[in-house]
Amino acid sequence: MIEARGLTKRFGDVVAVDDLSFDVRPGTVTGFLGPNGSGKSTTMRMIMGLDAPAAGTVSVLGRRYHDLPWPLREVGALLEAKAIHPGRSARAHLLTLARSNAIPRARVDEVLELVGLTSVAGKRAGKFSLGMGQRLGIAAALLGDPGVLLFDEPVNGLDPEGIRWVRTLCKNLAAEGRTVFVSSHLMAEMALTADHLVVIGKGKLIAETSVSEFVARSSRQSVKVRTPAPHQLVDAVTNAGGQVIDDPDGSLTVTGLSAPEVGDLAASIRVALHELTPVASLEDAFMELTEEAVEFRGGQ
Amino acid sequence: MTAVLGASTPLAVEQEPGRVGLRRAMSAEWTKLWSVRSTMWTLVATGIAVVGLATLSTGARSATDIVDDPTRLSLIGIFLGQLIFGVLGVLVISAEYGTGTIRATLSAVPRRPVVLLAKVLVFGAVALVVSEVFTFIAFGVGQAILSAKHAVGPSAAIAQHAHQLGLKVPPKLKGLLPTTGSASLGQPGVLRAVIGAGLYLAVLGLLALGLGTIIRHTAGAIAAFAGVVLVLPLIVQALPTSISNAVARYLPANIGLVMFSTNGLPDRVGPAFSPWAGFALLVFYTVVILALGCWVLVRRDA
Repeated sequence: MIEARGLTKRFGDVVAVDDLSFDVRPGTVTGFLGPNGSGKSTTMRMIMGLDAPAAGTVSVLGRRYHDLPWPLREVGALLEAKAIHPGRSARAHLLTLARSNAIPRARVDEVLELVGLTSVAGKRAGKFSLGMGQRLGIAAALLGDPGVLLFDEPVNGLDPEGIRWVRTLCKNLAAEGRTVFVSSHLMAEMALTADHLVVIGKGKLIAETSVSEFVARSSRQSVKVRTPAPHQLVDAVTNAGGQVIDDPDGSLTVTGLSAPEVGDLAASIRVALHELTPVASLEDAFMELTEEAVEFRGGQ
Repeated sequence: MTAVLGASTPLAVEQEPGRVGLRRAMSAEWTKLWSVRSTMWTLVATGIAVVGLATLSTGARSATDIVDDPTRLSLIGIFLGQLIFGVLGVLVISAEYGTGTIRATLSAVPRRPVVLLAKVLVFGAVALVVSEVFTFIAFGVGQAILSAKHAVGPSAAIAQHAHQLGLKVPPKLKGLLPTTGSASLGQPGVLRAVIGAGLYLAVLGLLALGLGTIIRHTAGAIAAFAGVVLVLPLIVQALPTSISNAVARYLPANIGLVMFSTNGLPDRVGPAFSPWAGFALLVFYTVVILALGCWVLVRRDA
C-alpha cells in the first residue's frame, strides 16, 4: 500500500510534481503512466525517501519510508538501470544490500538465479548490457522478498523475451498479494501489464482509474464496421458528423460516433452490418488525456 | 511476506527485532570497500609512495651529510601518499554518486547519518591500520638505509662533541644517543613521530571522505582536497612573513610535518603547534568537514 497526499516537488522554478494524490493497492499491478519528464521518477524517489517533497506526504505501509525498520524487507525498488559500480560484481552489489538489512547470503544467489544472472554473478558489472543491468536492478528489488515493489521503467533496454518476463513477473507478484507499482511512458505496455493506472502529465494527476475505465473514458473511441454497402454508410456517417477511414482489409473505422450510434444509423438507412466492434486503444486515450500536459512536444 | 518466486530462504530476523542500524550499515560498507579493485590499488599505490620515497630520500644522503631529523626524512613520503589516500577517501562516497549506487545505499539504510558514520568508521579503521603499517615500514626501511650509510645525525654529533669535551654523558642518555644519523624507536619522540605519521595520513583520508560527501563529484572533491594539502601551503608561503608565520601553523600539511618530526618544524616554516595540539586541530577540521557533509547528505536530495 502506497498513499500519496498532495505530493509536490519543485526544482528551482519548475514544478516537477504538483499536488499529486493517489493510492497504490496490494494485489494488483498499478501502472504509473506519463510522458517522459512528467515527474514519474521524481515521485518514485519521493516514495523511497530519496527526494524530499516540497509539500505533501507519501507513506508506504502506513509509514514514512524513513521509518521502516528493515526497508528492503518491506519495499523493493528498481529506480534506474545500471545503478551499480562498474568495478563491482553483481553478487557483491547484492551482498552489500543484503548485509545492511540482515538478509541471508543464500538469498543473493536465489535472486540472481531468479533473474537469470547466475552465470555472470561474479563478473564486473561494468560489462553488463542495459538489459542485464535492469535484471540486476530487479534482483535487488526482490532481495528482501518485499510486499511492496516499485519498478521505474523496468522494460527499458530489455529484449522482447525480457519484456514478457517482466510483465509476467509483475502479474505474479501482484497475484501473491503484493503491491506492484510500475512506471512506463509506453501505454501499450501498461495495457498488457497493469490493472490500475495512475496517469500523470506535467506532474499533475490526470487520471486514477482501472485500465478498462481509462479506455472507456476516451472520446477518441473508434468503431470497426463491415458492411456490404460501404458507400451509403460512409455518406450517412459523414453527414452525422463522424469520420471514416477505409481499412486495407475492407472494413471501415469510424470515429466521432459510438458503436450504438453507428448501428442505429445503419438501421435507419437500411444498411446491413456484418461487424460492429468498438475499438479503443489505450494509446489514443493516453494521448488525449495528456495532450494538454505534455511537457515536451516534438516537431512544429 | 509469503516466500515465493524462488524465495526459499527464510528472511525473518525474529532474533533481531530492532531496525537497520550502525552494525549492519558497517557490514555493508566493509563489503562495498573490498569488492572494488580500486581500493586495493589505491592502498598499494599509497604504500609504494610512502615506502618508496623513504628509500629515495634516505638513499640520496651521503655518509658525511648531517641529517637534521632522520625520522622525518624517512617519513617524507607521507606527503605524496596523502594525495593517493585522499583519492580513496573521496571515492568512498563520490563513487556512489557517480554510479548511482547511493540511491540503493540510502534505500537500504534510510537514516543518512548512520550511512556516513558507517563509512567513517569502516574506512577510518582500514585507513588507520594501513597507514600505521606503511609508516612503520617506511621508518624501518629509511633508518636501515641511513644506518648502513653511517650518516651523522645531530644527536650523534652532540654525543661525539660532548665526549671530546670530556663531558660525562649520563648512562641513561647513552642508549638514546645514536652513533649514526639513523633513528630508533627508543629515542625520544621517534615512536610518537612514526605513530603520528600514520594518524595524520588516516585523518586526512577521513577529511577527503568529508569533502567527497559535501562535493559529491569525484574530480571536484579531489581538486578540493589537493587544494587544501598542496595549494594552500603555497599561497601561505607567498604571503609576507609576518602573516605566513601566523597562519602556517594552522595548515594541515604543517601540522602533519610537526607530527612526524622529532624536532619540530624546519625554521623556514615558522612557529608551529606541538604535535598533539596540531593533531587535535586536524581532528577538529575533519570533524567539522564531516559534520558539514552529514548536513548536506541529510538536507539534499540523493
